[in-house]
Amino acid sequence: MTVELAIVGAGPAGMAAAVLAGELGLDTVLLDEQNSPGGQIYRAIERAAPDTPLGPDYLAGRPLAAALRASRVDYRPNTTLWHVDPDGTLFLENARRSETVTARRILLATGAIERPVPIPGWTLPGVMTAGAAQTLLKTADLVPEGRVVLAGQGPLLYLVATQLVRAGALPVAILETAPLDNYLDAAHYLGSLWPGRRLLTRGLGLVAAIKRAGVPIRRGVRGIRAVGRRTVDRIDWEGGELAANHLLLHEGVIPNIQISLALQLRHEWDETQLCWRPALDAWGQTSLPNIAVAGDGGGIAGAEAAALTGRLAALDAALWLGHIGEAERDARARPIRAALARERALRPFLDRLYRPSRAVMVPAEDEIIACRCEEVSVGQIRRAARLGATGPNQLKAFTRCGMGPCQGRICGPVVAAIIADVHGKPIAEIGTYRPRAPFKPITVGALADLEIPDLASGIKSETPS
Amino acid sequence: MFRRRSETRRPTVSVTVEGRPIAVPVGASAAAAVLAAGFNSIRETAGGSERMPYCMMGICFDCLAEIDDVPNRQSCMVEVQEGMRICRQVGARRIHPAAG
Repeated sequence: MTVELAIVGAGPAGMAAAVLAGELGLDTVLLDEQNSPGGQIYRAIERAAPDTPLGPDYLAGRPLAAALRASRVDYRPNTTLWHVDPDGTLFLENARRSETVTARRILLATGAIERPVPIPGWTLPGVMTAGAAQTLLKTADLVPEGRVVLAGQGPLLYLVATQLVRAGALPVAILETAPLDNYLDAAHYLGSLWPGRRLLTRGLGLVAAIKRAGVPIRRGVRGIRAVGRRTVDRIDWEGGELAANHLLLHEGVIPNIQISLALQLRHEWDETQLCWRPALDAWGQTSLPNIAVAGDGGGIAGAEAAALTGRLAALDAALWLGHIGEAERDARARPIRAALARERALRPFLDRLYRPSRAVMVPAEDEIIACRCEEVSVGQIRRAARLGATGPNQLKAFTRCGMGPCQGRICGPVVAAIIADVHGKPIAEIGTYRPRAPFKPITVGALADLEIPDLASGIKSETPS
Repeated sequence: MFRRRSETRRPTVSVTVEGRPIAVPVGASAAAAVLAAGFNSIRETAGGSERMPYCMMGICFDCLAEIDDVPNRQSCMVEVQEGMRICRQVGARRIHPAAG
Protein backbone atom coordinates (compact mmCIF):
# COMPACT_ATOMS: atom_id res chain seq x y z
CA MET A 1 0.00 0.00 0.00
CA THR A 2 1.31 3.45 -0.90
CA VAL A 3 0.05 6.75 0.52
CA GLU A 4 1.09 10.36 0.14
CA LEU A 5 1.38 11.12 3.85
CA ALA A 6 1.77 8.83 6.85
CA ILE A 7 1.37 10.44 10.27
CA VAL A 8 2.67 8.62 13.34
CA GLY A 9 0.74 9.42 16.53
CA ALA A 10 -2.85 10.61 17.05
CA GLY A 11 -2.29 13.22 19.75
CA PRO A 12 -3.05 16.91 19.17
CA ALA A 13 -0.28 17.35 16.57
CA GLY A 14 -1.12 14.17 14.64
CA MET A 15 -4.88 14.73 14.71
CA ALA A 16 -4.63 18.39 13.62
CA ALA A 17 -2.17 17.51 10.86
CA ALA A 18 -4.34 14.64 9.63
CA VAL A 19 -7.54 16.69 9.54
CA LEU A 20 -5.90 19.52 7.57
CA ALA A 21 -4.05 17.12 5.25
CA GLY A 22 -7.39 15.42 4.55
CA GLU A 23 -9.02 18.76 3.77
CA LEU A 24 -6.21 19.63 1.37
CA GLY A 25 -6.78 16.37 -0.50
CA LEU A 26 -3.70 14.45 0.63
CA ASP A 27 -4.07 10.69 0.67
CA THR A 28 -3.29 10.32 4.39
CA VAL A 29 -2.92 7.48 6.86
CA LEU A 30 -2.79 8.18 10.62
CA LEU A 31 -1.14 5.43 12.67
CA ASP A 32 -1.60 5.20 16.41
CA GLU A 33 -0.83 2.67 19.09
CA GLN A 34 -3.83 3.59 21.25
CA ASN A 35 -7.38 2.31 20.79
CA SER A 36 -8.82 5.81 20.31
CA PRO A 37 -7.58 9.23 19.22
CA GLY A 38 -6.20 11.81 21.66
CA GLY A 39 -2.60 10.90 22.41
CA GLN A 40 -1.61 11.10 26.08
CA ILE A 41 -2.99 14.56 26.77
CA TYR A 42 -6.47 13.81 25.40
CA ARG A 43 -6.35 10.09 26.09
CA ALA A 44 -9.78 8.39 26.03
CA ILE A 45 -11.30 11.81 25.24
CA GLU A 46 -14.21 10.29 23.33
CA ARG A 47 -15.40 8.48 26.48
CA ALA A 48 -15.12 11.52 28.74
CA ALA A 49 -18.23 12.51 30.72
CA PRO A 50 -19.10 16.22 30.49
CA ASP A 51 -18.55 16.57 34.26
CA THR A 52 -15.22 14.73 34.23
CA PRO A 53 -12.85 15.66 37.08
CA LEU A 54 -10.21 16.04 34.36
CA GLY A 55 -11.63 19.48 33.64
CA PRO A 56 -12.15 21.87 30.71
CA ASP A 57 -8.60 21.78 29.31
CA TYR A 58 -8.99 18.05 28.79
CA LEU A 59 -12.42 18.40 27.19
CA ALA A 60 -10.85 20.91 24.77
CA GLY A 61 -9.50 17.89 22.88
CA ARG A 62 -12.98 16.72 21.87
CA PRO A 63 -13.50 18.84 18.73
CA LEU A 64 -10.18 17.68 17.31
CA ALA A 65 -11.04 13.99 17.79
CA ALA A 66 -14.49 14.60 16.29
CA ALA A 67 -12.95 16.36 13.28
CA LEU A 68 -10.64 13.40 12.76
CA ARG A 69 -13.57 10.96 12.84
CA ALA A 70 -15.45 13.13 10.32
CA SER A 71 -12.44 13.35 7.96
CA ARG A 72 -11.57 11.04 5.08
CA VAL A 73 -8.25 10.19 6.72
CA ASP A 74 -7.41 6.49 6.99
CA TYR A 75 -7.14 6.45 10.81
CA ARG A 76 -5.66 3.22 12.16
CA PRO A 77 -5.85 2.72 15.92
CA ASN A 78 -4.18 -0.20 17.76
CA THR A 79 -1.34 -0.03 15.27
CA THR A 80 2.26 -0.23 16.39
CA LEU A 81 5.05 1.12 14.24
CA TRP A 82 7.98 -1.21 14.83
CA HIS A 83 10.33 -0.11 12.10
CA VAL A 84 10.61 2.66 9.54
CA ASP A 85 13.00 2.91 6.63
CA PRO A 86 14.28 6.38 5.74
CA ASP A 87 12.89 5.78 2.22
CA GLY A 88 9.36 5.91 3.64
CA THR A 89 8.45 2.27 4.29
CA LEU A 90 6.65 1.82 7.60
CA PHE A 91 6.46 -1.59 9.25
CA LEU A 92 3.28 -1.99 11.27
CA GLU A 93 1.75 -4.51 13.61
CA ASN A 94 -1.94 -4.80 14.38
CA ALA A 95 -3.57 -7.73 16.19
CA ARG A 96 -0.28 -9.64 15.85
CA ARG A 97 -0.19 -9.29 12.06
CA SER A 98 2.44 -7.25 10.29
CA GLU A 99 2.15 -5.19 7.15
CA THR A 100 3.99 -2.38 5.43
CA VAL A 101 2.82 0.99 4.20
CA THR A 102 4.96 3.14 1.96
CA ALA A 103 4.55 6.89 2.31
CA ARG A 104 5.94 9.63 0.10
CA ARG A 105 6.16 11.76 3.24
CA ILE A 106 6.20 10.92 6.94
CA LEU A 107 5.17 13.14 9.82
CA LEU A 108 6.32 11.98 13.23
CA ALA A 109 3.95 13.25 15.94
CA THR A 110 5.12 11.02 18.75
CA GLY A 111 4.71 13.57 21.53
CA ALA A 112 6.45 13.70 24.86
CA ILE A 113 7.36 11.39 27.70
CA GLU A 114 7.77 12.28 31.34
CA ARG A 115 11.38 12.88 32.31
CA PRO A 116 12.65 9.91 34.33
CA VAL A 117 12.93 10.72 38.05
CA PRO A 118 15.63 8.39 39.41
CA ILE A 119 15.34 8.74 43.19
CA PRO A 120 16.04 6.07 45.81
CA GLY A 121 13.05 3.71 45.85
CA TRP A 122 11.55 4.76 42.52
CA THR A 123 11.15 1.11 41.49
CA LEU A 124 9.01 0.28 44.57
CA PRO A 125 5.36 -0.57 43.89
CA GLY A 126 3.38 2.52 44.86
CA VAL A 127 5.70 4.87 42.97
CA MET A 128 4.59 5.94 39.51
CA THR A 129 4.64 9.09 37.46
CA ALA A 130 1.98 11.74 37.96
CA GLY A 131 1.08 11.21 34.31
CA ALA A 132 0.52 7.49 34.96
CA ALA A 133 -2.00 8.28 37.71
CA GLN A 134 -3.70 10.70 35.34
CA THR A 135 -3.86 8.04 32.62
CA LEU A 136 -5.57 5.66 35.07
CA LEU A 137 -8.16 8.34 35.80
CA LYS A 138 -8.70 9.03 32.08
CA THR A 139 -8.90 5.47 30.87
CA ALA A 140 -10.25 3.44 33.80
CA ASP A 141 -11.83 5.89 36.29
CA LEU A 142 -9.28 4.72 38.86
CA VAL A 143 -7.91 6.90 41.63
CA PRO A 144 -5.13 6.08 44.10
CA GLU A 145 -6.44 5.08 47.50
CA GLY A 146 -4.82 5.95 50.81
CA ARG A 147 -2.19 8.62 51.36
CA VAL A 148 -1.05 10.17 48.08
CA VAL A 149 2.02 12.41 47.83
CA LEU A 150 2.96 14.25 44.64
CA ALA A 151 6.58 15.26 44.21
CA GLY A 152 8.48 17.19 41.58
CA GLN A 153 7.58 20.24 39.58
CA GLY A 154 6.04 21.50 36.39
CA PRO A 155 2.55 22.37 35.17
CA LEU A 156 1.41 18.74 34.91
CA LEU A 157 2.14 18.09 38.60
CA TYR A 158 -0.32 20.81 39.60
CA LEU A 159 -2.85 19.76 36.99
CA VAL A 160 -2.85 16.16 38.23
CA ALA A 161 -3.11 17.35 41.85
CA THR A 162 -6.18 19.43 40.95
CA GLN A 163 -7.75 16.54 39.06
CA LEU A 164 -7.21 14.19 42.01
CA VAL A 165 -8.83 16.75 44.33
CA ARG A 166 -11.86 16.91 42.00
CA ALA A 167 -11.95 13.12 41.72
CA GLY A 168 -12.15 12.79 45.49
CA ALA A 169 -8.62 11.51 46.06
CA LEU A 170 -7.22 14.39 48.08
CA PRO A 171 -3.38 14.30 48.10
CA VAL A 172 -1.79 14.66 51.55
CA ALA A 173 1.00 16.90 50.24
CA ILE A 174 2.84 18.29 47.23
CA LEU A 175 6.61 18.34 47.53
CA GLU A 176 7.87 20.86 44.98
CA THR A 177 11.46 20.27 43.96
CA ALA A 178 12.08 23.38 41.83
CA PRO A 179 15.31 24.83 43.23
CA LEU A 180 14.55 28.18 44.87
CA ASP A 181 17.15 29.77 42.51
CA ASN A 182 14.78 28.94 39.65
CA TYR A 183 12.40 31.66 40.87
CA LEU A 184 15.20 34.20 40.50
CA ASP A 185 16.19 32.94 37.04
CA ALA A 186 12.57 32.96 35.89
CA ALA A 187 12.27 36.56 37.10
CA HIS A 188 14.49 37.56 34.15
CA TYR A 189 11.68 36.47 31.85
CA LEU A 190 8.86 38.46 33.41
CA GLY A 191 8.41 39.96 29.94
CA SER A 192 6.77 36.67 28.88
CA LEU A 193 4.08 36.98 31.52
CA TRP A 194 1.87 39.47 29.68
CA PRO A 195 1.85 37.72 26.27
CA GLY A 196 1.56 34.40 28.10
CA ARG A 197 -1.13 35.62 30.51
CA ARG A 198 -3.80 33.13 29.43
CA LEU A 199 -1.59 30.14 30.25
CA LEU A 200 -0.28 31.86 33.37
CA THR A 201 -3.80 32.52 34.68
CA ARG A 202 -4.62 28.87 34.15
CA GLY A 203 -1.53 27.79 36.11
CA LEU A 204 -2.18 30.17 38.98
CA GLY A 205 -5.78 28.91 39.06
CA LEU A 206 -4.50 25.35 39.57
CA VAL A 207 -2.26 26.35 42.46
CA ALA A 208 -5.13 28.33 44.05
CA ALA A 209 -7.49 25.34 43.73
CA ILE A 210 -4.94 23.06 45.40
CA LYS A 211 -4.50 25.49 48.28
CA ARG A 212 -8.27 25.94 48.65
CA ALA A 213 -8.62 22.18 48.96
CA GLY A 214 -6.19 22.35 51.88
CA VAL A 215 -3.35 20.41 50.25
CA PRO A 216 -0.06 21.69 51.68
CA ILE A 217 2.62 22.65 49.14
CA ARG A 218 6.23 22.51 50.36
CA ARG A 219 8.75 24.34 48.20
CA GLY A 220 12.45 23.79 47.59
CA VAL A 221 12.28 20.14 48.71
CA ARG A 222 15.51 18.13 48.23
CA GLY A 223 16.65 14.55 48.67
CA ILE A 224 13.31 12.76 48.17
CA ARG A 225 13.34 9.00 48.81
CA ALA A 226 10.56 6.43 48.63
CA VAL A 227 10.90 4.05 51.57
CA GLY A 228 9.21 0.71 52.15
CA ARG A 229 9.86 -3.00 52.13
CA ARG A 230 7.46 -4.38 49.51
CA THR A 231 5.54 -1.20 48.70
CA VAL A 232 5.96 2.46 49.58
CA ASP A 233 5.04 3.33 53.14
CA ARG A 234 7.00 6.51 53.76
CA ILE A 235 8.50 9.44 51.87
CA ASP A 236 11.67 11.00 53.29
CA TRP A 237 13.36 14.22 52.28
CA GLU A 238 15.98 16.55 53.76
CA GLY A 239 14.35 17.73 56.95
CA GLY A 240 11.06 15.83 56.74
CA GLU A 241 9.09 12.66 56.27
CA LEU A 242 5.50 11.63 55.61
CA ALA A 243 3.63 8.35 55.74
CA ALA A 244 2.38 7.56 52.22
CA ASN A 245 0.96 4.74 50.10
CA HIS A 246 1.49 6.43 46.75
CA LEU A 247 4.26 8.66 45.44
CA LEU A 248 3.49 10.34 42.12
CA LEU A 249 6.63 11.77 40.53
CA HIS A 250 6.93 14.41 37.83
CA GLU A 251 9.87 16.52 36.67
CA GLY A 252 8.46 17.84 33.42
CA VAL A 253 8.26 16.26 29.99
CA ILE A 254 10.84 15.73 27.24
CA PRO A 255 10.41 14.89 23.54
CA ASN A 256 9.80 11.24 22.71
CA ILE A 257 12.63 10.79 20.21
CA GLN A 258 12.88 7.00 20.04
CA ILE A 259 11.85 6.86 16.36
CA SER A 260 13.64 10.02 15.25
CA LEU A 261 16.84 8.67 16.84
CA ALA A 262 16.39 5.28 15.19
CA LEU A 263 16.09 7.11 11.85
CA GLN A 264 19.37 8.85 12.71
CA LEU A 265 17.87 12.26 12.07
CA ARG A 266 20.05 15.14 13.20
CA HIS A 267 19.32 16.02 16.84
CA GLU A 268 20.26 18.99 18.99
CA TRP A 269 20.71 19.32 22.73
CA ASP A 270 18.34 21.94 24.13
CA GLU A 271 20.21 23.55 27.01
CA THR A 272 17.11 25.40 28.25
CA GLN A 273 14.72 22.44 28.35
CA LEU A 274 17.60 20.03 29.13
CA CYS A 275 16.65 17.46 26.50
CA TRP A 276 17.47 16.28 23.00
CA ARG A 277 15.19 17.21 20.13
CA PRO A 278 15.35 16.68 16.37
CA ALA A 279 16.71 19.66 14.43
CA LEU A 280 13.74 21.19 12.58
CA ASP A 281 13.07 24.07 10.25
CA ALA A 282 10.07 26.40 10.66
CA TRP A 283 7.76 23.79 9.05
CA GLY A 284 8.98 20.85 11.10
CA GLN A 285 11.22 19.49 8.34
CA THR A 286 13.98 17.23 9.72
CA SER A 287 17.43 16.49 8.29
CA LEU A 288 15.77 14.00 5.89
CA PRO A 289 13.80 15.62 3.06
CA ASN A 290 10.76 13.30 3.31
CA ILE A 291 10.38 13.31 7.10
CA ALA A 292 8.96 16.02 9.36
CA VAL A 293 8.19 16.26 13.08
CA ALA A 294 5.29 18.11 14.73
CA GLY A 295 4.21 18.61 18.32
CA ASP A 296 6.12 18.05 21.54
CA GLY A 297 8.30 15.40 19.85
CA GLY A 298 10.12 18.36 18.29
CA GLY A 299 10.47 20.37 21.52
CA ILE A 300 8.12 20.93 24.45
CA ALA A 301 5.48 23.62 23.94
CA GLY A 302 2.19 22.01 25.03
CA ALA A 303 -0.95 20.62 23.42
CA GLU A 304 -2.28 23.79 21.77
CA ALA A 305 1.10 24.54 20.20
CA ALA A 306 1.31 20.88 19.11
CA ALA A 307 -1.91 21.16 17.10
CA LEU A 308 -0.58 24.33 15.47
CA THR A 309 2.77 22.81 14.46
CA GLY A 310 0.80 19.81 13.17
CA ARG A 311 -1.11 22.16 10.85
CA LEU A 312 2.09 23.85 9.67
CA ALA A 313 3.59 20.46 8.82
CA ALA A 314 0.43 19.47 6.95
CA LEU A 315 0.61 22.66 4.85
CA ASP A 316 4.25 22.00 4.04
CA ALA A 317 3.45 18.40 3.10
CA ALA A 318 0.68 19.67 0.80
CA LEU A 319 3.15 21.96 -0.94
CA TRP A 320 5.77 19.26 -1.18
CA LEU A 321 3.26 16.81 -2.69
CA GLY A 322 1.97 19.38 -5.18
CA HIS A 323 -1.52 19.99 -3.72
CA ILE A 324 -1.01 23.70 -3.03
CA GLY A 325 1.45 26.37 -4.13
CA GLU A 326 3.96 28.18 -1.99
CA ALA A 327 1.89 31.36 -1.81
CA GLU A 328 -1.13 29.45 -0.50
CA ARG A 329 0.98 27.57 2.04
CA ASP A 330 2.45 30.80 3.37
CA ALA A 331 -0.88 32.62 3.46
CA ARG A 332 -2.58 29.80 5.34
CA ALA A 333 0.37 29.57 7.73
CA ARG A 334 0.28 33.22 8.78
CA PRO A 335 -2.58 33.04 11.35
CA ILE A 336 -1.23 29.70 12.60
CA ARG A 337 2.19 31.24 13.26
CA ALA A 338 0.60 34.17 15.09
CA ALA A 339 -1.31 31.75 17.35
CA LEU A 340 1.86 29.71 17.85
CA ALA A 341 3.77 32.78 19.01
CA ARG A 342 1.06 33.40 21.63
CA GLU A 343 1.19 29.77 22.80
CA ARG A 344 4.97 29.83 23.11
CA ALA A 345 5.14 33.21 24.85
CA LEU A 346 5.19 31.85 28.39
CA ARG A 347 7.71 29.07 27.60
CA PRO A 348 10.93 30.97 28.40
CA PHE A 349 9.51 31.74 31.85
CA LEU A 350 8.20 28.20 32.47
CA ASP A 351 11.40 26.57 31.21
CA ARG A 352 13.45 28.49 33.79
CA LEU A 353 10.97 28.14 36.63
CA TYR A 354 10.69 24.39 36.17
CA ARG A 355 14.24 23.59 35.12
CA PRO A 356 15.05 20.28 36.78
CA SER A 357 17.65 20.39 39.52
CA ARG A 358 21.07 18.82 39.06
CA ALA A 359 20.05 16.00 41.40
CA VAL A 360 17.30 14.94 38.94
CA MET A 361 19.69 14.94 35.98
CA VAL A 362 22.65 13.32 37.79
CA PRO A 363 21.48 11.29 40.81
CA ALA A 364 23.93 11.55 43.70
CA GLU A 365 23.44 8.16 45.39
CA ASP A 366 25.26 5.25 43.77
CA GLU A 367 22.64 2.71 44.87
CA ILE A 368 19.80 4.25 42.82
CA ILE A 369 18.63 2.03 39.96
CA ALA A 370 19.13 3.94 36.71
CA CYS A 371 18.15 1.19 34.25
CA ARG A 372 14.90 -0.26 35.55
CA CYS A 373 14.90 -3.09 32.98
CA GLU A 374 18.39 -4.50 33.54
CA GLU A 375 18.62 -3.24 37.13
CA VAL A 376 21.83 -1.30 36.60
CA SER A 377 22.68 1.20 39.33
CA VAL A 378 23.97 4.74 39.10
CA GLY A 379 27.19 3.51 40.73
CA GLN A 380 27.74 0.86 38.05
CA ILE A 381 27.24 3.50 35.34
CA ARG A 382 29.66 5.85 37.07
CA ARG A 383 32.28 3.08 37.33
CA ALA A 384 31.89 2.16 33.65
CA ALA A 385 32.25 5.82 32.69
CA ARG A 386 35.42 6.07 34.79
CA LEU A 387 36.72 2.90 33.14
CA GLY A 388 36.51 4.77 29.87
CA ALA A 389 32.99 4.45 28.42
CA THR A 390 32.66 7.67 26.46
CA GLY A 391 29.01 7.49 25.43
CA PRO A 392 25.72 5.70 26.08
CA ASN A 393 26.24 3.09 23.33
CA GLN A 394 29.62 2.04 24.64
CA LEU A 395 28.35 2.03 28.20
CA LYS A 396 25.58 -0.30 27.09
CA ALA A 397 28.19 -2.90 26.17
CA PHE A 398 29.95 -2.41 29.53
CA THR A 399 26.87 -2.78 31.75
CA ARG A 400 23.78 -3.99 29.76
CA CYS A 401 22.24 -0.65 30.71
CA GLY A 402 19.71 0.20 28.01
CA MET A 403 19.63 -3.35 26.62
CA GLY A 404 16.36 -4.30 28.29
CA PRO A 405 12.88 -4.15 26.80
CA CYS A 406 12.48 -0.36 27.13
CA GLN A 407 15.53 0.05 24.88
CA GLY A 408 16.86 2.95 26.89
CA ARG A 409 13.72 5.06 26.77
CA ILE A 410 13.86 5.54 30.54
CA CYS A 411 17.59 5.35 31.36
CA GLY A 412 18.86 7.22 28.26
CA PRO A 413 18.75 10.73 29.71
CA VAL A 414 20.16 9.56 33.07
CA VAL A 415 23.05 7.62 31.52
CA ALA A 416 24.11 10.50 29.28
CA ALA A 417 24.04 12.97 32.16
CA ILE A 418 26.14 10.70 34.41
CA ILE A 419 28.75 10.10 31.68
CA ALA A 420 28.91 13.84 31.01
CA ASP A 421 29.36 14.48 34.72
CA VAL A 422 32.16 11.91 35.11
CA HIS A 423 34.07 13.21 32.09
CA GLY A 424 33.38 16.87 32.87
CA LYS A 425 31.85 17.43 29.43
CA PRO A 426 28.58 18.95 28.28
CA ILE A 427 25.77 16.41 27.61
CA ALA A 428 25.65 17.73 24.04
CA GLU A 429 29.04 16.05 23.44
CA ILE A 430 28.03 12.72 25.00
CA GLY A 431 25.24 11.85 22.59
CA THR A 432 22.36 9.39 22.85
CA TYR A 433 21.58 5.72 22.49
CA ARG A 434 21.07 4.53 18.95
CA PRO A 435 17.71 2.69 19.15
CA ARG A 436 17.00 -0.06 16.64
CA ALA A 437 14.04 -2.00 15.31
CA PRO A 438 11.80 -3.50 16.46
CA PHE A 439 10.76 -0.41 18.42
CA LYS A 440 8.23 -2.52 20.33
CA PRO A 441 8.20 -6.28 21.03
CA ILE A 442 6.55 -8.21 18.21
CA THR A 443 6.06 -11.94 17.97
CA VAL A 444 8.09 -14.06 15.59
CA GLY A 445 4.75 -14.96 14.01
CA ALA A 446 3.97 -11.32 13.27
CA LEU A 447 7.40 -10.96 11.70
CA ALA A 448 7.11 -14.17 9.68
CA ASP A 449 3.82 -13.30 7.99
CA LEU A 450 5.23 -10.08 6.61
CA GLU A 451 5.04 -9.95 2.86
CA ILE A 452 7.68 -7.79 1.26
CA PRO A 453 7.53 -8.36 -2.49
CA ASP A 454 10.35 -5.90 -3.23
CA LEU A 455 12.60 -7.61 -0.75
CA ALA A 456 11.92 -11.05 -2.23
CA SER A 457 12.65 -9.89 -5.78
CA GLY A 458 15.72 -7.99 -4.58
CA ILE A 459 17.15 -11.09 -3.01
CA LYS A 460 16.43 -13.09 -6.14
CA SER A 461 18.14 -10.63 -8.46
CA GLU A 462 21.21 -10.48 -6.22
CA THR A 463 21.59 -14.26 -6.11
CA PRO A 464 24.57 -15.21 -8.26
CA SER A 465 23.55 -17.63 -11.02
CA MET B 1 -4.22 0.36 45.94
CA PHE B 2 -6.49 2.02 43.42
CA ARG B 3 -10.26 2.26 43.57
CA ARG B 4 -12.91 3.01 40.99
CA ARG B 5 -14.62 6.33 41.44
CA SER B 6 -18.08 5.68 42.81
CA GLU B 7 -19.63 8.33 40.52
CA THR B 8 -18.71 6.43 37.39
CA ARG B 9 -21.34 4.54 35.42
CA ARG B 10 -19.22 3.28 32.57
CA PRO B 11 -20.00 -0.23 31.28
CA THR B 12 -17.55 -2.91 32.33
CA VAL B 13 -16.02 -6.13 31.04
CA SER B 14 -14.93 -9.12 33.12
CA VAL B 15 -11.33 -10.25 33.10
CA THR B 16 -9.25 -12.38 35.44
CA VAL B 17 -6.03 -11.31 37.11
CA GLU B 18 -4.06 -14.31 38.39
CA GLY B 19 -7.30 -16.26 38.11
CA ARG B 20 -9.29 -13.78 40.21
CA PRO B 21 -12.27 -12.24 38.35
CA ILE B 22 -12.64 -8.45 38.24
CA ALA B 23 -14.91 -6.04 36.37
CA VAL B 24 -13.11 -3.12 34.73
CA PRO B 25 -14.42 -0.27 32.57
CA VAL B 26 -14.56 -0.81 28.82
CA GLY B 27 -11.52 0.81 27.22
CA ALA B 28 -9.27 0.32 30.26
CA SER B 29 -5.90 -1.38 29.93
CA ALA B 30 -4.86 -4.77 31.30
CA ALA B 31 -2.43 -2.91 33.58
CA ALA B 32 -5.34 -0.89 35.00
CA ALA B 33 -7.14 -4.20 35.70
CA VAL B 34 -4.17 -5.41 37.76
CA LEU B 35 -4.14 -2.17 39.77
CA ALA B 36 -7.93 -2.24 40.23
CA ALA B 37 -7.71 -5.84 41.46
CA GLY B 38 -5.49 -4.66 44.30
CA PHE B 39 -2.28 -6.42 43.34
CA ASN B 40 0.96 -4.90 44.58
CA SER B 41 3.08 -6.36 41.82
CA ILE B 42 2.57 -6.99 38.13
CA ARG B 43 5.93 -8.52 37.41
CA GLU B 44 9.02 -9.73 39.16
CA THR B 45 12.34 -8.79 37.57
CA ALA B 46 14.96 -11.41 36.78
CA GLY B 47 16.69 -10.10 39.93
CA GLY B 48 13.57 -10.88 41.99
CA SER B 49 12.25 -7.40 42.75
CA GLU B 50 8.55 -6.63 42.45
CA ARG B 51 7.37 -3.99 39.99
CA MET B 52 4.23 -2.10 39.16
CA PRO B 53 3.54 0.05 36.10
CA TYR B 54 5.57 3.27 36.23
CA CYS B 55 4.54 5.29 33.14
CA MET B 56 1.23 3.79 31.91
CA MET B 57 2.00 5.01 28.38
CA GLY B 58 4.12 2.34 26.78
CA ILE B 59 7.56 3.72 27.64
CA CYS B 60 8.90 1.98 30.77
CA PHE B 61 8.03 -1.68 30.10
CA ASP B 62 7.65 -2.26 33.83
CA CYS B 63 4.09 -3.52 33.24
CA LEU B 64 5.17 -6.55 31.19
CA ALA B 65 2.68 -9.33 31.85
CA GLU B 66 1.36 -12.55 30.40
CA ILE B 67 -1.92 -11.89 28.65
CA ASP B 68 -3.98 -14.76 27.22
CA ASP B 69 -0.85 -16.93 27.42
CA VAL B 70 1.38 -14.53 25.49
CA PRO B 71 4.27 -13.35 27.69
CA ASN B 72 6.12 -10.01 27.55
CA ARG B 73 3.10 -7.90 26.63
CA GLN B 74 3.00 -4.24 27.58
CA SER B 75 -0.14 -4.51 29.67
CA CYS B 76 -0.66 -0.73 29.76
CA MET B 77 -1.06 -0.81 25.96
CA VAL B 78 -3.48 -3.75 25.80
CA GLU B 79 -7.20 -2.97 26.02
CA VAL B 80 -9.23 -5.31 28.22
CA GLN B 81 -11.59 -7.72 26.44
CA GLU B 82 -14.30 -9.91 27.94
CA GLY B 83 -12.69 -13.05 29.39
CA MET B 84 -9.11 -11.82 29.08
CA ARG B 85 -6.66 -13.72 31.30
CA ILE B 86 -3.94 -11.55 32.79
CA CYS B 87 -1.07 -13.10 34.75
CA ARG B 88 1.97 -11.63 36.45
CA GLN B 89 5.25 -12.19 34.68
CA VAL B 90 7.75 -13.72 37.06
CA GLY B 91 11.41 -13.58 36.11
CA ALA B 92 12.51 -13.51 32.48
CA ARG B 93 9.77 -14.18 29.92
CA ARG B 94 9.32 -17.68 28.59
CA ILE B 95 10.47 -18.11 25.01
CA HIS B 96 7.47 -20.23 24.04
CA PRO B 97 4.25 -20.40 26.06
CA ALA B 98 4.19 -24.20 25.81
CA ALA B 99 7.78 -24.52 27.03
CA GLY B 100 6.72 -23.67 30.61
